[in-house]
Amino acid sequence: MIPLVSVVTFLPGLAGLALLLVPQRADRVLRPAALGVAVVTFLLSLPLYFGFDAELIGYQFEEHGRWMPTLGVSYHVGIDGISLLLVLLTTFLMPLALASAWGSIEDRIKEFVATMLILETGMLGVFVSLDLFLFYVFWEAMLIPMYFVIGVWGGPNRIYAAIKFVLYTMVGSVLMLVAILALYHQYGGATGRYTFDLPVLAQYVMAPGRAQDLMFLAFALAFAIKVPLFPFHTWLPDAHVEAPTAGSVILAGVLLKMGTYGFLRFCLPLFPDASLAFGPLVFTLAVIGVIYGAWVSTVQPDMKKLVAYSSVSHLGFVMLGIFTLNQQGLVGGLIQMVNHGLSTGALFLMVGMIYERRHSRLIADFGGLWQVVPAFSALFLVVTLSSLGLPGLNGFVGEFLILVGAFQRNPWMAALATTGIIFAAVYMLWMYQRVVFGEVTQDANRRLADLTTREWAVLVPVVTLIVWIGVYPAAFTGKTETTIEALIAQVQAKTSANR
Amino acid sequence: MDAIVFPPVLIGPLLPTLVVLAAAALVLVLDVVPWAIPREVAAMVALAGMIGALLATLARWSAPGRAFRDMVVLDNFALFFNVVICYAGALIVLLSMDYLRRTGSESSEYWALVLFATAGMMLLAAAGDLVVVFLALELMSLSLYVLAGLFKRELASGEAAMKYFLLGAFASSFLLYGIALIYGATGTTNLDRIAAAIASRPRDPLFGIGLGLLMVGFGFKISSVPFHMWVPDVYQGAPTSVTALIATGSKAGAFAALIRVLTVTLRGVPPDWAALLWVIAAVTMTVGNVVALAQSNLKRMLAYSSIAHVGYMLVGLVAGGVGGAGSVLFYLLTYTFTTAGAFGVITLCERARGEAVEVSDYAGLARRHPVLAAALGLFLLSLVGIPPLAGFVGKFYVFGAAVRAGYFWLAVIGVLNSAAAAYYYLRVVVFMYMREPEGAATTYASSFAGSLALAIALLAIVLLGVMPAPFVDLAQAAVAPLLR
Repeated sequence: MIPLVSVVTFLPGLAGLALLLVPQRADRVLRPAALGVAVVTFLLSLPLYFGFDAELIGYQFEEHGRWMPTLGVSYHVGIDGISLLLVLLTTFLMPLALASAWGSIEDRIKEFVATMLILETGMLGVFVSLDLFLFYVFWEAMLIPMYFVIGVWGGPNRIYAAIKFVLYTMVGSVLMLVAILALYHQYGGATGRYTFDLPVLAQYVMAPGRAQDLMFLAFALAFAIKVPLFPFHTWLPDAHVEAPTAGSVILAGVLLKMGTYGFLRFCLPLFPDASLAFGPLVFTLAVIGVIYGAWVSTVQPDMKKLVAYSSVSHLGFVMLGIFTLNQQGLVGGLIQMVNHGLSTGALFLMVGMIYERRHSRLIADFGGLWQVVPAFSALFLVVTLSSLGLPGLNGFVGEFLILVGAFQRNPWMAALATTGIIFAAVYMLWMYQRVVFGEVTQDANRRLADLTTREWAVLVPVVTLIVWIGVYPAAFTGKTETTIEALIAQVQAKTSANR
Repeated sequence: MDAIVFPPVLIGPLLPTLVVLAAAALVLVLDVVPWAIPREVAAMVALAGMIGALLATLARWSAPGRAFRDMVVLDNFALFFNVVICYAGALIVLLSMDYLRRTGSESSEYWALVLFATAGMMLLAAAGDLVVVFLALELMSLSLYVLAGLFKRELASGEAAMKYFLLGAFASSFLLYGIALIYGATGTTNLDRIAAAIASRPRDPLFGIGLGLLMVGFGFKISSVPFHMWVPDVYQGAPTSVTALIATGSKAGAFAALIRVLTVTLRGVPPDWAALLWVIAAVTMTVGNVVALAQSNLKRMLAYSSIAHVGYMLVGLVAGGVGGAGSVLFYLLTYTFTTAGAFGVITLCERARGEAVEVSDYAGLARRHPVLAAALGLFLLSLVGIPPLAGFVGKFYVFGAAVRAGYFWLAVIGVLNSAAAAYYYLRVVVFMYMREPEGAATTYASSFAGSLALAIALLAIVLLGVMPAPFVDLAQAAVAPLLR
């Protein structure tokens, strides 16, 4: 029996470390080798999808190993319907991100590909860990490669952005560490068994009250900063704008999902009473994020910044879905995480492609691109429409389910959130119109080259998935529904046990 | 009146210390023999002394022994510290070899003094009597005072030695006065007998004042706030290899004595003193980190960071119990390798005008000396507490003990401190990886021994980070007998 989850998780990181040993004169092999590793990782993760039994409750492909028995720490990994999609999203986006850096990153290639592959291991580890200690190790360790990606290969203001990213995230996550320790000791004190094992801790019915509230808040702060939930979002525009394209794709596509994943995986099952109690607050912040993110996006002169702020809005929708605590909302939230990863990832890729040609991201510098680069413009249209939630493409499915769920919980909030979709259409289409339609206003834009083969190869898989999820979402939602049902049942059982 | 009985001489429990002292004596003899001896021999003898002491320590593992009427107690607690101190000593010897030659300060006194200081630290860890605590502390401190002033032609080095000596002597007198008061209150200086004497009257004011004065002395040696004023100047002015020894070995020795004195003498006493330590721990880590934020000199920054780390270790001491004290031991183990490594990198970096001590001297290091930069980066990340490096496990364990003992808010202060600390550690990484040098670049002063020391330290911080379980168990087993 192959420990598939471990292989998928550690292959990229180990390969990344091995690539560091490649001598300077052989650096031509670095990019193909790194891309090869990322593709192989993706292919190895496919059996997880096909072998995943959607009818089963609980974790699959579980692996359990001894690590620090006296502390109750074990090596425990596995996936369920929630982590499956995020693992696949990660392994899917990483080859594309690496391929996108083919032409744009020239400096210190060896370090770059190694850092990206180590980053992939960190992110996958976060999604597959079923032990709180192991989870925290990956959660913190992953910060450092991302810090280097922004700080070394980023834009002019990269150092500020990198430090801000690390400090914001650290402050949230160290408080989570205290909460993890508190949970560990509370469970150990109550049952005599000291363990960090998540499935075991999730069975524990904690009394509602101050202790649970504080632990919830500590976890929630760590995750809210990562999501980022309004008002903890201020690191995001800096980090996204300064990061190189490949970094932005991973940051938006995967890293932000670690926050929403944390709410689903830890906050809801471990602290259900506090989740219910603070639900309205999170709900409100999510709606503010949806509208605020959309408004700020509208006025951005820089395309990358616009896409960055649109993430605040989209992730607000995801948070809304999670805290509906009902089936439609949660499934919608989960699928919207994947959608956002695909569509925003694709937007960053395309903004990066245009930046490489023109060395500008300002909307005002463009216009009439359809006449110059029609293929680029057509794919850009698909991605733009996907991002604003056009029916038939992926974004619609997630937002629709979230709003259905949200209306059951709080119709007024849901109505407010719906305006976010309208604003999304405003800022995306307005940006698209100014960039692509009309006459070519600047001479520099007349000789832009259309998509290269490499760029086609990067974009076609994303666009295919965007259409596939839009037309037949059941291929993805079907894998998650049982898990989500079980999660809701667990939350309900634990909260009603305390009444 | 009892007849005077000459105690049986058992040198077994002193064996690790004696190995180091024998090496020191040999170094001194080699210096005066009439025929010419290669300079490397003294360094090799010193290294052999450290390794021999380490082997002697391992040979006596789990074979506790007491000697000289319980004045020396070689239990697993002392042996654990011996391992830490021997590693620190061996790393410093390796780092010093080429560093001294480069700076033109090679002399056999250096090796002898390093060995004497190490012997003092080891004796400190095994002291079962306040008199031995004082003697060992002085053996260690006097050697270090001289070592700090090794660079005779440099003003900063002399200033460091002078400050260290004056303040250290002052602190020693506090310690001695405390010992005298405790002797007055209990009629003994033996730790076990003090515990027995004090158990029936835990509120004895004389004992309380004596213990307080003792804490002042220890506070100076471990450099906790408010007795930390000497640290930045001494760490900055002393030769870097000596700084590494002060920061690792002397701290380990002083912590060993502090933990033993506190846990043994206060065994049967309600833990009111924890409230005082709570405040000292919180203030120490906050002051260390906040001031470190503003430093531009790497050695000075590491000095303030070491103060902050003392604060973290005090958190473990506040938590108490096997978990709390054990966490301090484990933390010291990780901290020793990490700090020795970080100072070690400085000894290997050279500029046209002497050492590379400014943070900005490290600009662009990653491009020219990627391995050296990666090593310093890993040591700093371990000091931040990024998993899977040793520093993370140390913090995890210390704060875990605090949470377990109910000190949530102290743990919160601690973790917020470590998040803030990320800023100044990562600033060095910023210079190494994200900036280019202005003017002359820092070069790598090639040294096989120094590189070997760094490799050992790196291996240790990765091993302690990924596989900490056996060492955590050892640390707990080492403190368990004290808390009986």
